[in-house]
Amino acid sequence: MAAVTIEATDGTRPRTKARRGVDWRAVRTVARTDLRQLIQARDFWIPMMALGAIFFFVIPTILLLVITRVSNVQIVQQLSTTLSVLPQQAQRAIRGDTGQARAAYAMAVYLFAPVAVVVPLTISTAVGAATIVGERERGTGEFLAHSPAGVREIYLGKLIASLTPGYFTTIVGFGFYSLIVNLIVGPQVGGWFFPTPQWWVLMLWVVPPFLALTLSLVLRLSARVKSTAAAQQASGLVSLPLIMVAYSQSTGALFGAGSVSWIIGAVAWVAAVIGLRRGMRAVTRARLLGVADER
Amino acid sequence: MDGAAAGTLQGGTPAADTDVMALTEPAVGARPAATAPPPPPEPTVVLRGVARSFGDNPALRGLDMAAPAARITVLLGPNGAGKTTAIRTITGALDPHEGAVRVFGLDPMVDGDEVRRRCGIVSAKPSLYDLLTGYDNLAYAAELYGLGRGATADGLIRASAARFGIDHALDQRAGGYSTGMKTRLALARSVLHSPELLLFDEPTSGLDPESSFAVLELIREMTAGGATVVMCTHLLLEAEGLADQIVVLEDGRSLVSGTPDELTARYWPGAVVRLDAEDPSALDRLAGADGVLTYDRENGSPAMVQLDDMARVPDLVRALTLDGVRLTRVEPHTPTLEDLYFAVRGRSRPEPGVVPRDPTPIDDRRLKSGNRIGRRFRDPFAASPGGN
Repeated sequence: MAAVTIEATDGTRPRTKARRGVDWRAVRTVARTDLRQLIQARDFWIPMMALGAIFFFVIPTILLLVITRVSNVQIVQQLSTTLSVLPQQAQRAIRGDTGQARAAYAMAVYLFAPVAVVVPLTISTAVGAATIVGERERGTGEFLAHSPAGVREIYLGKLIASLTPGYFTTIVGFGFYSLIVNLIVGPQVGGWFFPTPQWWVLMLWVVPPFLALTLSLVLRLSARVKSTAAAQQASGLVSLPLIMVAYSQSTGALFGAGSVSWIIGAVAWVAAVIGLRRGMRAVTRARLLGVADER
Repeated sequence: MDGAAAGTLQGGTPAADTDVMALTEPAVGARPAATAPPPPPEPTVVLRGVARSFGDNPALRGLDMAAPAARITVLLGPNGAGKTTAIRTITGALDPHEGAVRVFGLDPMVDGDEVRRRCGIVSAKPSLYDLLTGYDNLAYAAELYGLGRGATADGLIRASAARFGIDHALDQRAGGYSTGMKTRLALARSVLHSPELLLFDEPTSGLDPESSFAVLELIREMTAGGATVVMCTHLLLEAEGLADQIVVLEDGRSLVSGTPDELTARYWPGAVVRLDAEDPSALDRLAGADGVLTYDRENGSPAMVQLDDMARVPDLVRALTLDGVRLTRVEPHTPTLEDLYFAVRGRSRPEPGVVPRDPTPIDDRRLKSGNRIGRRFRDPFAASPGGN
């Protein structure tokens, strides 16, 4: 037989090849397949749509209609008084000649901002928590572990697949919300006014990094825990503080000067990039297989 | 075991396991002849001293093995022997803690993407996405293995599905497939990209005999195209007739490896005859007879006698008859893979109704159904026309 010369590694972990660039084709493939499965899972997307509808459509519609149509002057005065706790800059930005109009404007612009954070985080956390441990539980992790797709590509694909449903729901919900606000409050404040510049910054600059940061933690958990149920529990613990931080920061971003939003977003982006890079290391082929990885 | 039965079929003393070396190194002092045949191709897979643990539990303890190119290598062993871990180190899905792995001459831990791209694998569970259709499962693999999404990939998907008889169900969700169909889909997925190395981890697990037979036939067909196959199983009858090369694993080590004929010759260098009599204990006198290499008889069972030459059979029969032994059976016995397996593992078969501590399941169902792939072991009578 022809000789084959191989060198034993003598207990040292073999070195891997120098890092190559990310194979975005593989990332897209993993993400697209995960999303396709989500679309097929009716028991996932029906609650997701319900959540978005409640937060972006049902509750705002009811509250804004009540405020703009309410005839009880006392309630409106109380709401107007409440607005006085807002920062001066925020108060100056409030439009409307009547107490009702000002109260409705403030509620539309400031008080519903956290919804834009809560909805995507809730949905994406639910998806992300199951994504890696779910592969393991279904046995499909074996297929991925033996496939030529790199672990970075698998991680990024799953990140995108987790991020997309939440963010998509938020963007669609945001569109509906804008329509509702302009239709109900617009006539009272001199025309369509929503989204305000701060909302654009919030949606495009502040929310995405908070989402990415949370998902980086959730995916790390999903790679390490033994079951989807455990991943959901642990993700709840991790994401709750982040939701609160995101809640306060997004609110502050809207209340503060324009530059505050940009700064908060920038800090969140830096944290997200660090979190994502560290989270990438959590996904290994051994974990996809569901075997202990330690020596 | 009957105390009078002094000999044993396990009494052979095979050489130390140097099979990997034999596969990979030319004999010392060998001089190439002028008309020497071309050297066989390099083994597609070589594992040398591979150790792998999971926490405190060692799964592989210095495993040596080689899988020759364009052959079917079967890894045999009981549950927990390390078969699946060996497969996983071959693709680089698991890193060896010690030792070295070479696949196509590459280190899977360094060139893992390249190795995995050239491998096709079917694991014990089909690893399918139940929510996706059969087509989408194949399309996912096609994309990951670099076949893209165009008409070429579509053609390959449909051809592969047709090859395994599931083309009619491509539009259905894989979750609705029967176990047999899932295995067929997994097989179709594994060959989609025309891999050079196919790794099958108990591919017939959970299949009915008919589906198992079909799957094994398909595996045989695949090697005809030049692909190398490494298959692990604990179903001995499944491996029999399929294996070109056998590696018996136990406790993460290779006990022995070689072709079935080599191993049979090593463990049973002589001819094996099965004898029975009205009083089986009367056969025990054969234990010390001339030409008898080993003698084995369990209570109530026929005697298995290994002779140095099949030509001794008529003399033995005559001698027994003259001694008044009333023979009821004299037949040549071709050692099966099952015989070989237990001989290699150095233990007798479990007593009926007794589950051994380290069980190796034998699929009796297949024995009864007659679903056998065909024996490849040499029939000593057939090899000697005229019966000597």
